[in-house]
Amino acid sequence: MRGGKSVMYMRKTFILACVLGFSQAAPAQEQKFGEKATQADIDKRFWSVFPDGENLPAGQGTAVAGAELFEDNCHACHTNPPGESSEFDPEDAADVLFGGHGTIGTDNALATIGSYWPHPTTVFNYVRRAMPYTAPMSLTNSEYYAITAYLLYKNEIIAENDVINKDTLPKVEMPNRDAFLNAYPEIPEKYRTK
Amino acid sequence: MTDKKTTIVDATDQAAGNGLMSRRFFMNSALATTATLVTGQSALAQEGVGVGQEDWTLYPGDDTPEYGDVSQFEKGRVKKLVAPPAGGRTASSAGRTPLHMLHGTITPSGLHFEVSHHGVPAVDPDKHKVVIHGMVDRPLKWGVEDLENYSTVTRNYFMECSGNTRVNWAVPKPDQNFMYMTHGLVSGSEWTGVPLSTLLDEAGVSKGAKWIIAEGGDSGSLSRSIPIDKAMDDSMVALYQNGERIRPSQGYPMRILNPGFEGNTSVKWVRSLYVTDKPVMSRFETSKYTDKLHDGKSLQFSLEMDCKSVITRPTNAVELKKKGMYEITGLAWSGKGKITRVEVSADGGRTWADALVEGPVHSKMLTRFRIPWMWKGRPAVLQSRATDEHGQVQPSRKALLAARGKQAYYHYHAIHSWSVNARGKIRHVYA
Repeated sequence: MRGGKSVMYMRKTFILACVLGFSQAAPAQEQKFGEKATQADIDKRFWSVFPDGENLPAGQGTAVAGAELFEDNCHACHTNPPGESSEFDPEDAADVLFGGHGTIGTDNALATIGSYWPHPTTVFNYVRRAMPYTAPMSLTNSEYYAITAYLLYKNEIIAENDVINKDTLPKVEMPNRDAFLNAYPEIPEKYRTK
Repeated sequence: MTDKKTTIVDATDQAAGNGLMSRRFFMNSALATTATLVTGQSALAQEGVGVGQEDWTLYPGDDTPEYGDVSQFEKGRVKKLVAPPAGGRTASSAGRTPLHMLHGTITPSGLHFEVSHHGVPAVDPDKHKVVIHGMVDRPLKWGVEDLENYSTVTRNYFMECSGNTRVNWAVPKPDQNFMYMTHGLVSGSEWTGVPLSTLLDEAGVSKGAKWIIAEGGDSGSLSRSIPIDKAMDDSMVALYQNGERIRPSQGYPMRILNPGFEGNTSVKWVRSLYVTDKPVMSRFETSKYTDKLHDGKSLQFSLEMDCKSVITRPTNAVELKKKGMYEITGLAWSGKGKITRVEVSADGGRTWADALVEGPVHSKMLTRFRIPWMWKGRPAVLQSRATDEHGQVQPSRKALLAARGKQAYYHYHAIHSWSVNARGKIRHVYA
């Protein structure tokens, strides 16, 4: 009859557990299963750089060096014109990077780094983490600074020999920097439907 | 089931112009359907040796598979993939949900729309961790198995890309690619995960924190800034979709889910959550997913999806072959909360009738509506108009374009129109 006893015991334990369960529910027990994250854990996963320069790395480059890197790593995709078919969404093509100045607000808006992007740090932030498309993070920080410099130079925002690094990049003034209106939590009254 | 067409409808059941009937009609037809099923069963009884039976009745079927698939006759119900330009390559992988072929409110996981800007990574869950760091008392990390220990929440939510219906802004001729191009970037699922607030509380968020910068583990480390009030409200780290682990294209093994926000903010394969006092101004919140206005300005952080609806049947994927009583049905949703009302018009918006809003209605989830319609063989323009619990009413296309211009690209949410001609052919039109 050991089995019977065991069942009885389990039942009693179960009832006891229920009672305890209720009594413990009153002061909420916090669940804590996170482990301490080391600096190495963070550095591996955190690639963001900010408009004020936060988290920009050491290194530097100019458009002169960037021109060659662009030819070798970027040019193949960034020359394709967007397709015409309505099945193809230009959103999904490689971006047009230069030109389009003065087109924003017209029916032929062409949003490029020069005509649209409000922050220079976004260029470095995105290109370093995501480009070249088939081999992101494969270049050095100085090479990414050089490509950033080339993209800004080709958009007539900086000069060919301007040095771009963690101190100079945040100070670059983008042409379209004042055009963005915050829409969270509510979009400005003027653009709501009547 | 064909009894629906022979049910006698009183002329007083007319609810709006051009044949829209009262939703009360559904109560009568439900009774008629039940009666048909009961009497229909005795007709199935057979005697004799099965002459004239189909093969599937006469022979045992296949063994059950480990993971079930759709019928071999349903293989056409698939996502529409983005076609690259001739000789070119796409910079992202996108698939659109065939809403015109589906019913209910839950999108099958394999048909959930997807936009993956840098392809779909094959993340090994044993090597994946998410860290919370920045303005916190204790930087912490979690793997999938760690997160499995927490009390979870399970909720139904829609997800919509803010580029959904973008063709209707500026493309001069209304798109006729069924619903793929116009509405294929919205889907609905049951999501299960750990509230993001639980993890943020454990790390201890510092005073003055305003944003969370989420980064994914894909080959673009896609990143977005999420307002901290949202993160502490209903955002979650999702592990399951429709009862099973989320699929690779949806962020396996873990993703951020920001209910009601534009899909891109729900960062997939999430591995870093940086708590800070400012947005990062990533590519996807500056160059993309900002709405260009007619005056040269742009809306940024237009995060909440608008109140919107669309008729999913009938559409230009079907035609009306004979006059009679049809059901008009579709989906409505709002990023702000619950859908409270859907009106339908059969005369291009001159008159409107209330559709039946099918419950239970979940906040920030697709909601199904239905209304009976007597088609008398005359031309019609079918439209739906949704209202949410905050009083947001879906605008006309004219009103939306007047407010923002034609170049906004994102957040198109106006009333959608299907024209029916006298022969029963259906087209997407601007009306």
